[in-house]
Amino acid sequence: MFYSSIGHYSLILGLCISLILIYFSVKNFKNSTILNTKILSFTFLQFFLVVISFICLIISFVLSDFSNETVFNNSHTTKPLFYKIAGTWGNHEGSLLLWLLVLTLFIFIFFLKTKNQPLKYKLLTLIFQQIIIIGFFLFLIETSNPFNYIYPMPEEGMGLNPILQDPALAIHPPILYLGYVGSSIIFSSALAATYLNIVSNVWASHIKKWIVVSWVFLTLGILLGSIWAYYELGWGGFWFWDPVENVSLMPWLALTTLLHCILVLEKKQVLTSWVIILSISTFTLSMCGTFLVRSGILNSVHTFANDPERGLFILVFLFSLICVSLFIFFFFHKSSQNNLNSFFWLSKETSIIINNWFMMYFLSVVLIGTIYPIFLDVLSSQKISVGPPFYHKLIIPFLIPFLIAMAIGPKLKWIKSNIVDKVYLILLLIISIVLSFLIVKKFDFNLLLNTILVSSALYLFFITLREFFIKKYSNISQNIAHFGFSLLILSILFNNLFSSEIITNLKVGETFTSSKTKIVFKSINQKKEKNYKSIIANFSIENLDGIIDNLSPELRIYNQPNIVTSEADIKTTLLSDKFIVINIVQNQDYFNVRYQVKPFMLWIWLSVILISFGGLISFFKKEYEK
Amino acid sequence: MKNKLLPIFITSIFIIVFIFFYRGLQNTNIYIPEIKINNKIPSFKGNLFDSNEVTNSSNLFNTDKFYLLNIWSSWCVPCRKEHVLLMNLRKNKKLEVIGINYKDTKINAENFLAELGNPYKKIIFDKEGINAIEWGAYGVPESFLIKDGIIIKRYIGPLNKKLTKEIKSIIK
Amino acid sequence: MKTLKLFFIIYFIFSFNHLKASNDNMKSKITKNLRCLVCQGQSVYDSDSEFAISMKVLVDKKLEEGFSEIQIYDFFKERYGEWILYDPELNKNTYILWILPMLIFLIGGAIIFKNFNFKK
Repeated sequence: MFYSSIGHYSLILGLCISLILIYFSVKNFKNSTILNTKILSFTFLQFFLVVISFICLIISFVLSDFSNETVFNNSHTTKPLFYKIAGTWGNHEGSLLLWLLVLTLFIFIFFLKTKNQPLKYKLLTLIFQQIIIIGFFLFLIETSNPFNYIYPMPEEGMGLNPILQDPALAIHPPILYLGYVGSSIIFSSALAATYLNIVSNVWASHIKKWIVVSWVFLTLGILLGSIWAYYELGWGGFWFWDPVENVSLMPWLALTTLLHCILVLEKKQVLTSWVIILSISTFTLSMCGTFLVRSGILNSVHTFANDPERGLFILVFLFSLICVSLFIFFFFHKSSQNNLNSFFWLSKETSIIINNWFMMYFLSVVLIGTIYPIFLDVLSSQKISVGPPFYHKLIIPFLIPFLIAMAIGPKLKWIKSNIVDKVYLILLLIISIVLSFLIVKKFDFNLLLNTILVSSALYLFFITLREFFIKKYSNISQNIAHFGFSLLILSILFNNLFSSEIITNLKVGETFTSSKTKIVFKSINQKKEKNYKSIIANFSIENLDGIIDNLSPELRIYNQPNIVTSEADIKTTLLSDKFIVINIVQNQDYFNVRYQVKPFMLWIWLSVILISFGGLISFFKKEYEK
Repeated sequence: MKNKLLPIFITSIFIIVFIFFYRGLQNTNIYIPEIKINNKIPSFKGNLFDSNEVTNSSNLFNTDKFYLLNIWSSWCVPCRKEHVLLMNLRKNKKLEVIGINYKDTKINAENFLAELGNPYKKIIFDKEGINAIEWGAYGVPESFLIKDGIIIKRYIGPLNKKLTKEIKSIIK
Repeated sequence: MKTLKLFFIIYFIFSFNHLKASNDNMKSKITKNLRCLVCQGQSVYDSDSEFAISMKVLVDKKLEEGFSEIQIYDFFKERYGEWILYDPELNKNTYILWILPMLIFLIGGAIIFKNFNFKK
């Protein structure tokens, strides 16, 4: 109760500081050329206040203070401590507080660490960022206050949905938000730079650090979400083109495109308009995503709060931001002269433009697929579903030229340089095609599409691999990232092609035999944990080679909320995962057993880590070279 | 000229998008499959509960009466409350109640009927749940009011007093 | 050196033979395309709810009876509406859905070629 009050008032104070900051910044902007140090202190103070608020919420959760409405709705005394803490940001209000925490932290860091940039630019970025921060403060305090008071204080809480009680899900939001909020800095900074007409290679080098950092966190955040879905949700998949997943993918696509563009802008004064548009779009897409999942407008596995009032607030906020950015762009942006827009046919700039072209196509596919059902529903009250088949049909054919462009694009030097490189370019293509043809033919898959798909991914794989063999380290971060991407596509492809599944009903003691596998349902035992009871089923599974795996999937019956979840048991090895899950069949004495063999799952995760690692290296590389 | 066109075009697109999202917020996103009322009943085959012989839709719905098709289960809690109302409806001479026993065991179903009474003229034993799907149902309980081979009304969820009154007034 | 590398790769890949078990491809394809109505966002293939299990049995039955893929989709569409299919049909409601991304791709290409000159 006491902590809730502190938390609540900290937020209000924080909001007031936003106004103070804007006042001082505008004054400083007009008047002097030296930074008013009060501004830096206030920025820190604002961050500090949000930290206090956040800590107060955590304490309320840990103490199970059910006079706080958020704690009541999302916690329970028997929840393990780790999840009491993680539950702080596992709900709508707490996660918004986390947004604010990162927003205030990043603008403080931005202000602290940006040297060598004009003062006016720093101040203006601060002002734009504060507008965003005010929006979030208002949203929080008005519609989603984490410190609402309930009286009389309930004895017990409603509990946290058990599928959210998972370590991957505990760190997934913080990491993801670091990515989203980083893009807000890019947004504010781009607007400031546009207004002051300093969008140039100097600005590009400066903002590139922020782009890379946001990008790395966003990539890892999405990865964690997929890992959670795979290990915890128990359906054996990791990506479903669900609206919430798409909503995190869209800013990522825009951010990746921006990352490539900024590499061009760093060196030459071209593509300035496009960079500004991308900077605005990335954060706009993040906010649009926030709108889509928190307003209840879409149907998904992962929706938070279904509250149209909140939805309306975010919608108005989102479109105000769009308004402001459109205004600044159209009125203050002076586009660069046209004669600078000529590139050599085979140049780095051309490859990046082609990359942009394809990325924007992929972005439009995901965007249209996600919001079209809303539009159709409004227009004709007809409800349709847009799911995986749609995205696969539109994305996969374009992935092929994209992969090839990714392979050749960065290596255009090879074409211009010596003969050995040129030969390799063609030789590796032939090897890729032959290899994939052999694989696809041997396993009888749909021949043409798969061959081309696998060969383009293999091509990228070999080309980037070669770079390591000939010890060319000049572009190492890009090489690692692209290599990781090829590995990702290959892993997903092979996982799809080679996965197998057995679904059967078994009683304890029964065995299922097929030509390749023998599943024995050995026994069952029960366990009682802090906030759930579990039924553990023990299986032994033997495959053709005589290798036996012992797997024990669980059924957990939670006390609060009263939900039964099915926990898969997954045995992960370098080559494949063995995945088993059981389900109760209503009214019967047998269980429904689902056993899957999924090759290369580990490689899917490793390849995304590799991709972010590539980005991380690029962040540190310049520092070292200085 | 051209320079003014683009901003106006972009702005109008965003205004349109805003309107669509705004209206979208007001629509519910819960989907209730509308089985088009006034549709013919699906023709299907099912096993009778008592005798295990196969019957089909024309056998079940052949006379001139009203029929109430009710999907139920012994493990379904709302079905218990609804059952009393069904027993009541059965008394009406113009109506026949037919049941689909959904994903149940015979023993549990028989116990349920022994305890609460049997309003059903005939029961189809739908062990796998596929007969329910033939009717476009997706859960328990659900009911369909039928006359002359046409579905007049569909009720998703348990019947209550108000709906029972509605049924009674229709079959008058 | 390179031939050795090649040999290893090919051997590596052929050792995966045992991983490809046989499965009922058509049934998987169909159930992946059907939406589980009682779940919040899962296909019938992925879901283990009662409804999904019944759907899978019914799809099996219909395949045995000789229904084609399209006939099965029509069967479910009649009962549950278009919402149950994850692959949106190409009809007057969805022309824009399918064509717009392609349009954007072509417009993007046009903008690029117009605004940039590529010198040899």
